[in-house]
Amino acid sequence: MNAKQTLIGKLSLLVVAMFAFGYALVPLYEVFCDITGINGKTASEPVSAEEAIVDTSREITIEFIARPNQQMPWVFKPEVRRMRVHPGEIHIMNYVAENPTLRSIVGQAVPSVSPGRAALFFHKIECFCFTQQYLAGGNDMLMPLQFYVDPALPAQYSTITLSYTLYDVTDQWQPEAQDNLSELGE
Amino acid sequence: MSTVTTADHHDEHHDHKPTGIKRWLFTTNHKDIGSMYLIFALVMFFIGGAMAMVIRLELFQPGLQFVDPQFFNQMTTVHGLIMVFGAVMPAFTGLANWMIPMMIGAPDMALPRMNNWSFWILPFAFLILLMTLFMPGGGPDFGWTFYAPLSTTYSNDTTALFVFSVHIMGISSIMGAINVIVTIVNMRAPGMTWMKMPLFVWTWLITAFLLIMVMPVLAGVVTMVLTDKYFATSFFDAAGGGDPVLFQHIFWFFGHPEVYIMILPAFGIISAIVPTFARKKLFGYASMVYATASIAILSFLVWAHHMFTTGMPVFALLFFMYTTMLIAVPTGVKVFNWVATMWRGAMTFEVPMMFALAFIVLFTIGGLSGVMLAITPADFQYHDTYFVVAHFHYVLVSGAVFSIVAAVYYWLPKWTGHMYDERLGQMHFWCSLISVNLLFFPMHFVGLAGMPRRIPDYALQFADFNAIISVGGFLFGLSQLIFVWVLIKCARGGEKAEARAWEGAEGLEWEVPSPAPYHTFDTPPEVK
Amino acid sequence: MAKTRGWRWSLPALLLAGPAYASGSNLNMTPGVTDISQQVYDLHMTIFWICCAIGAVVFSAMFVSILLHRKSRGVKPATFHESTKVEIIWTAIPVLILIVMAIPATRVLIAMEDTSDSDVTVLITGSQWRWHYEYLDYDINYFSILATPRGQIEGRLPKGENYLLEVDRPLVIPTDKKVRFLMTSDDVIHSWWVPDFAIKKDTNPGFINEAWTQVNEPGIYRGQCAELCGMDHGFMPIVVIAKEPADFEIWAKAEEERIAEIRAEEQRLLALQMNLDEQMELGERVYLAHCAACHQPNGEGLPPMFPALKGNQVATQDRAEHIRVMVDGRPGTSMASFARQLSLRELTSVITYGRNAWGNDTGDVVQAAEVYEYMQGKGSN
Repeated sequence: MNAKQTLIGKLSLLVVAMFAFGYALVPLYEVFCDITGINGKTASEPVSAEEAIVDTSREITIEFIARPNQQMPWVFKPEVRRMRVHPGEIHIMNYVAENPTLRSIVGQAVPSVSPGRAALFFHKIECFCFTQQYLAGGNDMLMPLQFYVDPALPAQYSTITLSYTLYDVTDQWQPEAQDNLSELGE
Repeated sequence: MSTVTTADHHDEHHDHKPTGIKRWLFTTNHKDIGSMYLIFALVMFFIGGAMAMVIRLELFQPGLQFVDPQFFNQMTTVHGLIMVFGAVMPAFTGLANWMIPMMIGAPDMALPRMNNWSFWILPFAFLILLMTLFMPGGGPDFGWTFYAPLSTTYSNDTTALFVFSVHIMGISSIMGAINVIVTIVNMRAPGMTWMKMPLFVWTWLITAFLLIMVMPVLAGVVTMVLTDKYFATSFFDAAGGGDPVLFQHIFWFFGHPEVYIMILPAFGIISAIVPTFARKKLFGYASMVYATASIAILSFLVWAHHMFTTGMPVFALLFFMYTTMLIAVPTGVKVFNWVATMWRGAMTFEVPMMFALAFIVLFTIGGLSGVMLAITPADFQYHDTYFVVAHFHYVLVSGAVFSIVAAVYYWLPKWTGHMYDERLGQMHFWCSLISVNLLFFPMHFVGLAGMPRRIPDYALQFADFNAIISVGGFLFGLSQLIFVWVLIKCARGGEKAEARAWEGAEGLEWEVPSPAPYHTFDTPPEVK
Repeated sequence: MAKTRGWRWSLPALLLAGPAYASGSNLNMTPGVTDISQQVYDLHMTIFWICCAIGAVVFSAMFVSILLHRKSRGVKPATFHESTKVEIIWTAIPVLILIVMAIPATRVLIAMEDTSDSDVTVLITGSQWRWHYEYLDYDINYFSILATPRGQIEGRLPKGENYLLEVDRPLVIPTDKKVRFLMTSDDVIHSWWVPDFAIKKDTNPGFINEAWTQVNEPGIYRGQCAELCGMDHGFMPIVVIAKEPADFEIWAKAEEERIAEIRAEEQRLLALQMNLDEQMELGERVYLAHCAACHQPNGEGLPPMFPALKGNQVATQDRAEHIRVMVDGRPGTSMASFARQLSLRELTSVITYGRNAWGNDTGDVVQAAEVYEYMQGKGSN
């Protein structure tokens, strides 16, 4: 009888552990993606601007794609569509955002890089995508992105596409946290 | 509750059973519960089948004739859910309940009262699921795989009930699995060593471990869907920092072992039937056990082969392609062993054997198309087409379902004490065999020719084959009515079955009289 | 059609013959029109024949056994039930066969993963239930939606040759050039599939995927959405026209001009008054193409997911709200913003149509200026 209860106990523990494991897959997946670039997500934290050695022997084309989600009324565009950069060079790229409506809207840009593995070599020193962006009705603003391409980028990649999808997150707006961050930014 | 205890006392000391509805509501007897599982599975098989008929009716001709696309999607979704969780899995659990205690010489399942619960919550789960079809907005319509965000942001308001019902199904399966493991580990008769256990017991033991490992993951992922939809989490919502592809990773981490949950017990059944009717011991018993275990372990390493088109990097595509191909090896070993068991045997071809033989051929066809699907570049063309539909129906209908039907014919004399009507049974077999191929074989062609799955209407070049497929579908549905007739007839009477109903049958279940008494092996048998 | 109809009567032959019998017909995978699709086809046929061979060996052993080793022939069963040697052999042989399959598979997969520079890049965005194509190198972008009339789907009209595989504005690409597709989605996951290119890639909301092709022959190639994406998943086809590079350039010029013209027209439209009849006519066409899938041609919708517009409070009374919903969509529902999907003229007309069709006889004639004003954020509320 005792052996039976121990076994039931162990099996129940396994059930609970596996339920927890299901949830643990969420952060595990994040970690896995950060290591392998499997889903093309770039880091959500800025990197410090390192004095990387500029590799002038090759040029990489960076393609900028900006799309407001279909329920996001902002106009959202990159200033240029393409940029040729040397790996290691630090560049600034501006995105234009315009809120044509009368109400204030908060936007969150979600980055994605293709090919996915290139995301590991695309470093952002500063990006509007790190925080939620507030824009009053009728206003427009420039949103900067400061980045460099890691000189360690494998040779087979000659084009990196960086896409931002802009979502309306007005109902999840967290002004306090944002204030601190925007102060830091300025 | 007091009734339960009295019933228990009653059962333990006398060999006659309580009567009326109470017998079934409060029973803790493994045979009663097994029967209820099997009958429940049969009812669900017909309900899910009726939905398949709706699907085939709509697809009989191009154009929208009978149902609107939204209802069509509900039909494909609920058909899948019912067949997987309501028909195949409960049928295997029913067989486990009936046969495992008798096969290992135990008086009952280890946890009889939990056994009662794990069955009785099941009808409620499916009642809830089926009820949603009649609610405003309709039932789940995002496919049985409920990919986010279609099942979260874009789903209808009955999604909460869908999640609730999947939770109940999961709890039921987990309780059933714990029961099976505890029974097998603790209640074997003296002398029933691990490597003497019948393969059905072995495959079920491994299946039960798979269930315990993955059903909680399914519970986790439906909970995430629930909180994403109703409680503003964003596990799968890009806007909030989530990733919709993550859903598929978690789902298929459950989903692929789930596929083996539905086929490993089938391997056990075939490994019982083939030796009986070949009158020859199973070839390579030990390798069968190892093959089953390695299939189970590999099943945790292949999940992303369902996701080749989601945009994974090459190294991941290669990894999952290779591991998936590897599964063909132990599966092949099983098929070869069955053929070797038949080789130089003295075969007879009663209905269980016919279904088992059909299983081997048709499951192998499904397995071979599985190998084709594992080849990533080719899968880009096969993925989400009728080729996939053909593949998994070969494995699940002419595989899992045929094995269940074979098992029912095989053990029916033991359950009812009567032989079934052989002529009707053969008719059932031949009708099923022909119609199942008419139904699923042409799906390979329309799939290769480019017909996507889960569409209510299609381009004209697929019309002829779809008409054939639909006719096959209707015939297959009708053929199963013969099965019901055989079952009723056998339950009500027929030629008396001997204790060892089949000449070549071996195992403890054939040592007890037919029909098996309400209580068997109250004193454990000695296994030599 | 005549050719395929014959199959119905030769089913047994067909079951035996297998898909290879009819390669090139509509029984088998298409070899396609690109080098990659040809390689995929060859790979498919190689594995197919290997699988057939395995099946033939296993099944013949089984059927020989069934024929010879039956009790009715009076045979005595043998007693062997184990052989480590045999077990090792039939574990090793499948491993070897799988390696033989894996080598060409790996080669094709790596060939598909070519990240070299492309000549034309198209951003493909899936949404319920239409595709949007944006050429990054040209000032061209447009939606592509099913062109099959509802009458054909509902059986009121005879079905055309390309039933369900025709769109209003196909994607146009040049031949002999490397075309890169970037893919994403606005709502749920879709999957962009053109069998002739052997491309099937999921479009994931918020994420970007890529694929490429180089088409060898000009022609019209058709495909469909391959991932269940909701109600009208079966009704979002893909049509790609591959043109010679010179023809493509001509097309691109004309298309840029056409789009510029629409923009100029929108400016003119602001001053222009359109009358009710004119708007009702255009509005009905737009409604049937873009709205009827959910809200139904009779305006009764499919409640509660897709509300009725007939007698709807917004459509009969709240004119400003009507414009707002059409322009901004309703977040959290399937109602998308149509500001970018329709031209101003179409948008205006479909609003007017919604306010006057199916007995919603408000008599309202909405004008382009009013919609434009709201879009510019100067609307009254």
